[in-house]
Order: sequence, then structure tokens, then C-alpha cells
Amino acid sequence: MGDDKDPNRRDFIYIATMAVAAGGAVSLAWPFIDQMNPSADTLALASTEFDLTKVADGQQVTLKWRGKPLFVRNRTPAEVKRAVADDSVSMKDPQADADRVKPGKAQWLVLIGSCTHLGCVPTFGGGDFGGWFCPCHGSHYDTSGRIRKGPAPLNLAVPEYEFLSDTKVKIG
Amino acid sequence: MLRKLSVIAAVAGLMMGGQAMAAGHPHPPKDVQWSFEGPFGKFDPGQLQRGYKVYREVCSACHAMSLVSFRNLGDKGGPFYDAKYKNPNDNPYVKAIAKDYEVADVDTETGDAIKRPATSADRFVSPFANEAAARASNGGALPPDMSLLAKARAGGPEYIYSLLTGYEEPPAGLKVGAGQHYNPFMAGDLTAYWSGDHKHVPAGGFIAMAAPLKKDLVSFDDGTPSTVDQQAKDVTAFLMWAAEPKMDERKQTGFVVMLYLLLFSGLLYASYRKVWKNESH
Amino acid sequence: MSGHSTYQPKTGFERWLDARLPIVRLGYDSFVDYPTPRNLNYWWTFGGILSLCLASQLITGIILAMHYDVGNAFNSVERIMRDVNHGWLIRYMHANGASMFFIAVYIHMFRGLYFGSYKAPREVLWLLGCVIYLLMMATAFMGYVLPWGQMSFHGAVVITNLFGAIPLVGPAITTWLWGGFAVDQATLNRFFSLHYLLPFMIAGVVILHIWALHVVGQNNPTGVDPKSKADTLPFTPYATVKDGFAMSIFLILFASFVFFMPDALGHSDNYIPANPLVTPAHIVPEWYFLPFYAILRAVPDKLMGVLAMFGAIACLFALPWLDTSKVRSMRYRPTAKLYFVIFVVACCILGVCGGKLPDDPVIGTMKTFNLIDADLNSFVWLSRISAIYYFAFFLVVLPLLGLFEKPLPVPDSIAAPALSHPASTPAQATAAPEMKG
Repeated sequence: MGDDKDPNRRDFIYIATMAVAAGGAVSLAWPFIDQMNPSADTLALASTEFDLTKVADGQQVTLKWRGKPLFVRNRTPAEVKRAVADDSVSMKDPQADADRVKPGKAQWLVLIGSCTHLGCVPTFGGGDFGGWFCPCHGSHYDTSGRIRKGPAPLNLAVPEYEFLSDTKVKIG
Repeated sequence: MLRKLSVIAAVAGLMMGGQAMAAGHPHPPKDVQWSFEGPFGKFDPGQLQRGYKVYREVCSACHAMSLVSFRNLGDKGGPFYDAKYKNPNDNPYVKAIAKDYEVADVDTETGDAIKRPATSADRFVSPFANEAAARASNGGALPPDMSLLAKARAGGPEYIYSLLTGYEEPPAGLKVGAGQHYNPFMAGDLTAYWSGDHKHVPAGGFIAMAAPLKKDLVSFDDGTPSTVDQQAKDVTAFLMWAAEPKMDERKQTGFVVMLYLLLFSGLLYASYRKVWKNESH
Repeated sequence: MSGHSTYQPKTGFERWLDARLPIVRLGYDSFVDYPTPRNLNYWWTFGGILSLCLASQLITGIILAMHYDVGNAFNSVERIMRDVNHGWLIRYMHANGASMFFIAVYIHMFRGLYFGSYKAPREVLWLLGCVIYLLMMATAFMGYVLPWGQMSFHGAVVITNLFGAIPLVGPAITTWLWGGFAVDQATLNRFFSLHYLLPFMIAGVVILHIWALHVVGQNNPTGVDPKSKADTLPFTPYATVKDGFAMSIFLILFASFVFFMPDALGHSDNYIPANPLVTPAHIVPEWYFLPFYAILRAVPDKLMGVLAMFGAIACLFALPWLDTSKVRSMRYRPTAKLYFVIFVVACCILGVCGGKLPDDPVIGTMKTFNLIDADLNSFVWLSRISAIYYFAFFLVVLPLLGLFEKPLPVPDSIAAPALSHPASTPAQATAAPEMKG
């Protein structure tokens, strides 16, 4: 190597140079990787407003929100009762029904309609728990959208939303 | 691109646009000290806020800025950035500004065209629906979109400031057409309109826009005296920000990168001398 | 010089791989143990710098293509600048990287000209380099159209219209290039596709270029072939570390453009969306095309102007057979050195002329007399004089000079001058006492 020292003993200057080079390479790589993350205009909260008078008792409407299906369901009193009754039953992702709705608005259930297993859209009315059933791999959700049976690990997600009035919600 | 525009409108636009005319001899732009000038320059949020007010109250009546979104106003380096609201979509000031405007949308139930209040995610609202409408309202001239204006003109912010503050009475002997105004900083060649000494053709050209700024036209909330000079400086700074909102970030990153490269070059040079120490070359 | 491979696989895995695909051996022989002349100066670092530029353009380009929308070109570029994470950085790196690529390639080419790197046995190496240069120009031209600004559009109009000058088939070719009656979306679409393709072809020709180089070995400032092991050093670490240092200095220049004057080498008109009905006051190509633009406009006839422009590039291809000198390096050809310096000046003047209005006066506002459609005191005449010198350098000077010049004595070998002044202690570095030029 032209160096008259032991070639196995790298000199400080070479180590420093290579360390600085490595640090620079990592710092340079980061923007090139991060650019594939969602860009600012995608992230700009796309929120949807929805008029609840459109949803009759016991009916469900599916909207598109942030590229995914969104369920807005007007639950019957029977559905609400069944959900609350199961609050303390053992389940994979325990959650009280009251925590999944807004206070005083228990009849309104807003869920992201994407099965937490691998993302298929569950249909209402199938399954053993009176709620949703995912046909892809057989996940059963109850009337609160909680996973009760099947491979899905988590309850159907509740997005961020607020009531602008008794009949209008803003989601996102 | 086949256009149904009348040729007259195109020619009128050409005459008044200036950009398409043979390169004339406008005055060189005035020199201004901007806060964002130089390798360590930064936008001044106070100036950007005043500039935004001028844009909003004066310019936006005719000029679109369709590449800028309301949320950009709350971005880092922008006029209404608040460190408490890193996500500009949460910034209450930005949301309030957006709500003042209405944007076209489609009713998801009926499919009808409706108007709804803008949100931070929406782009700035254009004053005209399309180019034809803009020309019709402005005597055939098209007020250019301002999103990139500060980068799209030779001389950049200096040129814009000079133009805004440079309007003067046309010298006697200059034939000024209807709807045109003389400005010595505007690109153009006035030889054809000058009846005086051909060795002294006045500098500049014609612009379809009348002098847009007047003393006290916009009242500044921070109490800054609202002179034409101040309005021009502030709105120009705002236009520069609109054209390049990432300038602050660019210069700050550049400083760090340069330091790194100087250090790295030093280390590489030392390694080079060490490797080659005993070899003649 | 390609010699016997000295690679010794050390681990079991290395031996296994070496027996099946000796790629590590290839890498070792080409870039580690490869014998490199010891007297290479900094002009020789630009090959490595060019590889860095190519890699940078490829990576930033592929990333930009993830976000670019050819159907909404201008706005998608602005979206990259404003909304894509670090999009502004990647865009400015790509745009300024193209200019850096050309700065490096012109220095690399002038080096080759001066030191006779195009002479036998390196003719194919030189020709491959010319092919790379042509591909670079095509790539850069198409790339500049993609943002679809005023200069993008009208530059494409001017250059595609040049093909209309070809007799008989010209207009048909132009329509075929356009995919329509004018430069429009169809043209932009195909330019995007080809702009993505061509750099990979450049990479392929670069591999051939390096292969051709390694067969005959590097030239060196004396132009004398390495005669013994004393003349060379292994590529790693000697050339590697020198190339690395040169690259970091180059990166400082690159960074100063990207971060502090990113639009300096561009044109403000390109921030105006393309408008077929409005022609910019002053259509200019990017700076690296200006000399050829000047040559094009120097000739009053459209077809002859096109031929002159392409002829200027053809001279480069013919160069190995035009120069009759037996001496390689202009270090030892003082007359040729003089003509070369004037040649470089002529190229720079052509570049300046390309950026001016042809009829503008060069000196003040003086008006002299009119000759072939233009006043003598105009940029078009300055272009004509410089272009005449450009062609004369290749077609007259180089062929004749080799027959009549009196070169200086060429050293016997690379190391001989160095060993005649050996290092008195190993710690002393000995500067090469050979005549520097």
C-alpha cells in the first residue's frame, strides 16, 4: 500500500475519512428514500362532510375517504344493546362500545371499512355476531365493529370525526 | 393546441404582454436589499404577512396564484407559520383564511355543481374561470398567474419591485394606445411609437396594467406605514415566497452540506497526501 | 495495460463464486490492482467525476419519474418542487447535474485533445467517447423539454424544425418526430420515454469505453507508454483516493449551484407554461449547446447551417485520422499548444455568441459595413470567424502541423525523469521534474 506501517493497522486519517464518507452517504440516502413517503398535498387532511339524514334506521352508507371505504351506520336500538351487552366478553381487541361512538350519539357508528387482517371490505349481515363478516378469510365483527372470531387482529378502525350538528358529521 | 381565441385578442395580448416583443432596452432594475438575499437570507414572516394582504386585497382581483394552496401559508418559512401547528392543516389562522373563499365542487348526492367554503387543502381561488374570461375582463390582456412570477421574469424580485414603483408619465412624443400604460422597466421596444429623436428612444415598454398601488391602499396590521414603496417591497417578497416556498430550507441545508463537503475534502486531501507520500509522481 | 490477473480469492465463498462468475476478479483487476501510470495529473480525474455525474442523474431521474406526470407536465414539476418530500432538492440536483455533467465532459474532451488521448491505439476509445457525447446531447435536449416551459416548447420547435431542412424527406421526418402537426403532447410523451431510455444506453457505452480503455491502458501527460512496473502504481489506493478528492471538490461546485444559485444556469422563461402562440423574445438552448447553436446560425442557409452544426460534431469523430503528429502530448508540441489554446478560446467565443442575438453589435453600437446579410460588427460575424477557426483547427491545422512542426524531445519513459531524481529518504515526496506544460 506504500505505507511502511503494518497494513492491518489502519491510520486514523483513513478511518476518519471513511466514517465521514459513510455518514454523508446515509444523510444523502434519506431524502431519496423519504421522497416516496406521502407528499404534502396527499397528507393535506382530506376531510369529508356527510349529511346523516340520508341514512335510515338500521341502514349503512359506504363512502370513499382517503382512498378507502368508510361505513356510516345508523344502528337500531337492538344492535346498540347487543354491542353494549358484549362489552365485558373476552375478545381479541377488548374495547367498550361507548369508546367507539360519540357521547349521546351511540346509534351512529363510523368505521373504516377495511378488514384489519388483509384489507378486504367486510359486508354487513353475515357472520355469527350480527355485525360484519369478511368473506376473504372469515373474520367476524360484532355490531360495534369489534373482531370476535377469525384471523383479523384488531377491531374495525374508528377514524377521527366530529359532529358539526345533529345531522352532519365531518370525518377527518 | 387549437384555440378558439380570436387572433385580435392574441395580438393585443402580444402587444401588451411585453414578453413576446423584441427585446427592448428597459431600465435595469433598481437594487433592493431583500431579507432573503444571499446564502444566509431568510424570508421575514412579518413582511410575508403584509405582502399577502397586498396580494389578497389588490392583486388577487385579477391575478390567479393557482399553484399555491391555503395550507402553504402555514408551512415553515411561510407567512403564518406557527410552531405549535407543525401540520399547517391544523393552523387555525390558515383555516380561517380558507373559509373566506368558496370553491366549486360537486354535490355527492345529486351530482350538481355547488359552491362550498374552501379548506386548507384547496388551492388559492382564481379570480376568473379560464383564460378567455380573464382576457374579456381586462381588455384582451391576460393578467399572468403569480405562482411563479418572481422566477419567471429576468431580474426576478428586483424587476417586479421596479415595475410596481416605476410607473411614470410618458414623455411627450410617445404615442400611448388605449388600455396601455408606459413603464420604463417593462420589456419592450418603443421605437415604433416614438416620434422624437431616434437616438433617444425612451427606455421600457407598454404594460396593460395601470399602476396598481397607491399610498395607504392597504392598511398594515402591524402599523407599518403603507407607502407605495413598502407595499411594493412586501408584495414582491410575498411573490418570491410563493414562487419558491422552500428557499429557506434550501439555503439552510446548503450551509450544512457545504460545511460537510469542506470537511470531507480536507480529509480526502489528507488521505491523498498520506497514500502518495513515498511515491514520486 | 491488461496483464495477468493477480486476484487471489481468500474465503471459501470467494473461491466458489470465482469458479462460477469471476465478477470479483473482474472488479479487482479493473479497479484495484490495475496498473495506472504514476504521473497522471488532475485532468485525469474527470473520468471518475463523469461516472459520478451519470450515477447522480440516473438516481435523481428515476425518482423524478416517480412523480412526473407527462399529461400535466408543468404542474407536476411544480408539485415536485412544492409538495413531494425533498422534491426541490432532487429536481435541482437533476437540472444542475446535467450542467455539471457537461462541464465535466468538456474538460474531459479538451484533456483528450491536448494530451493526444485519441491517437493510436486509442481510436476506438475516442470514438466511443464521441458516441457517449452524442447520446448525452440527445438526452439533455429531450430532458429540457419535459418541464414544458416556454423554452422547453420553443426549443423543441426550433430543433425539430431543423430536420425540415433535409431535402425531399425533411418535412415527413419532422411530422414523424412530432407525431402531429406541431410539437404537442404526442411529442412530449415520446421524449419522456426516450429520455428515460437513453441514459441506460449511455451506461452501456460507458462500460464499453472503460473496457476499451483497459485494453490499451491509460494515456498520461507525457504521452509515453509505460515501459516497466516502475512507471505504474495500482489503481487502488493511488488513483482511487485522488479521484475521490477531485470528486469532493467537484461536489462543492455542484452544491454551490444546487443550494445557492439553482436557476443561474437555466432561463427564467422556462417558468412560464408553454404557449404555442407566444414566442419568447429570445430563444436560447441550455448553455452547453450554445457553441453549436452559434455555428448553426452563422451560416445563412438553413440546410448548410444544419450540416455545419452536425459537421462540427463529425470533426470529433474523424479526429484520430486527421492528426498526423507522431508525438502524442501537446506538452512537447509547442506550436500545436498555441493553436489548441486559440481553439479553446474559439469554442468559448462560440458559446458566448450562441447566447446573443445574432444582429446585436459586439463593440458598442458601432456600425461598419454589411457583408453576407450582416454587419461586420455583429455576433453573427464573430460566430463565423470562430466557426471557421473551429473547422480549420481540425481540417487544416492538425493534419498539416504534424508534417511541419518541430516537437520538443519526448522523455524516454514516465518514471525515468523521476528516478533520475530519486527520493533521498522514503519520507520525501519527489515532484516529477519532467517539463510541465
